[in-house]
Amino acid sequence: MSGNLLTQLLLNGLIVGTLYGVVAMCFVLIYKSTQVVNFAQGEFLLIGAWTCWWLVVEAGLPFWFSFPLTFVFMMVFGIALQMVVLRPLIGEPIISVIMVTIGMSLFFQSITKWIFGADVQPFPEIFPVKAVDVFGLQVQPAYLMSLVVSVLVMIGFAWFFKYSRMGLAMRATAFNQQVAQSLGISVKNVFAMAWAISAMVSALAGVVVGMVNGVSGALSFFGIKVFPAVIVGGLDSIIGAIVGGLIIGLLENFAEYVDGQWLHLGNLYTVAPFYVLIIILMIKPYGLFGTHKIERV
Amino acid sequence: MAEPALKLAPEEPLLSVNNIEVVYDDVILVLRGVSLEVPKGKVVTLLGPNGAGKSTTLKAISGLLATEDGEVTRGSITFEGEEIANKNPEDIVRRGIFQVMEGRRIVEDMTCLENLRLGAFTRRDGGAAIRNDIDMVYNYFPRLKERTGMAGYLSGGEQQMLAIGRALMARPKMILLDEPSMGLSPLLVKEVFGIIEQLCHDLGITILLVEQNARMALKVADFGYIMESGKIMLDGAKEDLINNEDVKEFYLGGDKERKSFKNLKSYKRRKRWL
Ligand SMILES: Nc1ncnc2c1ncn2[C@@H]1O[C@H](COP(=O)(O)OP(=O)(O)O)[C@@H](O)[C@H]1O
Ligand SMILES: [Mg+2]
Repeated sequence: MSGNLLTQLLLNGLIVGTLYGVVAMCFVLIYKSTQVVNFAQGEFLLIGAWTCWWLVVEAGLPFWFSFPLTFVFMMVFGIALQMVVLRPLIGEPIISVIMVTIGMSLFFQSITKWIFGADVQPFPEIFPVKAVDVFGLQVQPAYLMSLVVSVLVMIGFAWFFKYSRMGLAMRATAFNQQVAQSLGISVKNVFAMAWAISAMVSALAGVVVGMVNGVSGALSFFGIKVFPAVIVGGLDSIIGAIVGGLIIGLLENFAEYVDGQWLHLGNLYTVAPFYVLIIILMIKPYGLFGTHKIERV
Repeated sequence: MAEPALKLAPEEPLLSVNNIEVVYDDVILVLRGVSLEVPKGKVVTLLGPNGAGKSTTLKAISGLLATEDGEVTRGSITFEGEEIANKNPEDIVRRGIFQVMEGRRIVEDMTCLENLRLGAFTRRDGGAAIRNDIDMVYNYFPRLKERTGMAGYLSGGEQQMLAIGRALMARPKMILLDEPSMGLSPLLVKEVFGIIEQLCHDLGITILLVEQNARMALKVADFGYIMESGKIMLDGAKEDLINNEDVKEFYLGGDKERKSFKNLKSYKRRKRWL
């Protein structure tokens, strides 16, 4: 029985871990291509989820229409944020930029609370709630959908950075902005694009979580979970972000199991990832996948 | 779309730099009235010691100066008869000028193929044409095809070949090459210069070549300029420069110690009628 509980929790860990991975990828995307540490990453989930919720519940639009509309809105939002708030900060000290993104985070949290209130608002039911049986485990269809969406997003990212023209341009910009410009790449466009993609994909994650847990300010906690994920994986590695997200998701659930079975400390699982984070950083200061400069001999 | 009618009178050079002054950080005056011309289809070399302002001249042409807080504060640069001074680098790449920066500057965490595809970033003529050109580059540099790992692990010579190949991928009208021989073994220098000559011949690409290795550069160039302390000190056709006593002594001579033109009386005499 407890073996079954463990597998169930690990499955949950896998599902939530891939979501963390997706959000962590969005964070790394911004960090890598624009060197901005975005403390407002979690708020992108929040804004995306509220936008979609509003379109469905308040504006009464069908979900299949609201969902892409949310994307368009988030794309415009990401570009506007980059152009209006972050572009003027190019060349300013890192600490100033960090202060600004922390400010953005607080601002978006308050303004969504002001507009939508502090209560949890459920999404109208889009998927059946009845759990389905997968290899003897009970899984909610919404969770399955979340897993599928996350994996699709990851494949999409991989394709984008490996094969698309703009993806290559973003990697070149991340490598060196002057080199990118010498190739005819507009660094300004790349920056705006990084924010747009990051905002859109985070919103996707926000909607997915909102459908499972309801929409509320708690969504921005995802932004906090992303830090251990990206630091474990290495701040500048997309693969690291995915692996880091998975590790954090699994750890949380494993810690919950250990706590429930033996320790009974309660809520240990929310902090466990941070302990692991400290240990990993002591062993590998650049994270598991963080890059060192290529040295030729 | 048909090619626009020839914007250029036949005798007008493809690129002309007219008496430019370049300032970094608003205060550091580096180029003090530099003029040079590059005729279509020719290889022109810009020679001079370290710190003379050669790279700065190239960056002024390619617009990359702005990325280092530099600016052309006087004079003009015209390409195909149009003013391009202080335009942004994307615009200049699209006009057909591609700079291969000093130190190759390939994207180290990408493969050769990805670097080549990046070179084609500004092109709009579709995948088939680009794949075709990748094959062409591999024809010029067969050893790049065998390298499948990250470009950062290539040897210096291979990186230089990749940097030149990447420039070709943009289908430029003109390439600005900054010290391609730097850090390469004499044998590799020979190979790279052979390819440069071939490119100019096969593809009709105009080249402005910056070098410290004057001997190699003058072998492939049609025309040369010699620069010191932000000024052009001497110019002439390849044969004139090779046979010039001062150039012989200070740039081509076997003696390791290279003195400056400035300390030279005969040079000062010549300067008057330059
Ligand atoms: N980004 C920069 N900011 C300030 N000064 C610079 C910069 N780049 C080059 N310089 C100065 O301009 C002069 C010419 O440099 P450069 O054009 O690189 O010479 P070269 O390529 O002939 O060796 C040098 O004195 C150098 O210190
Ligand atoms: Mg130089």
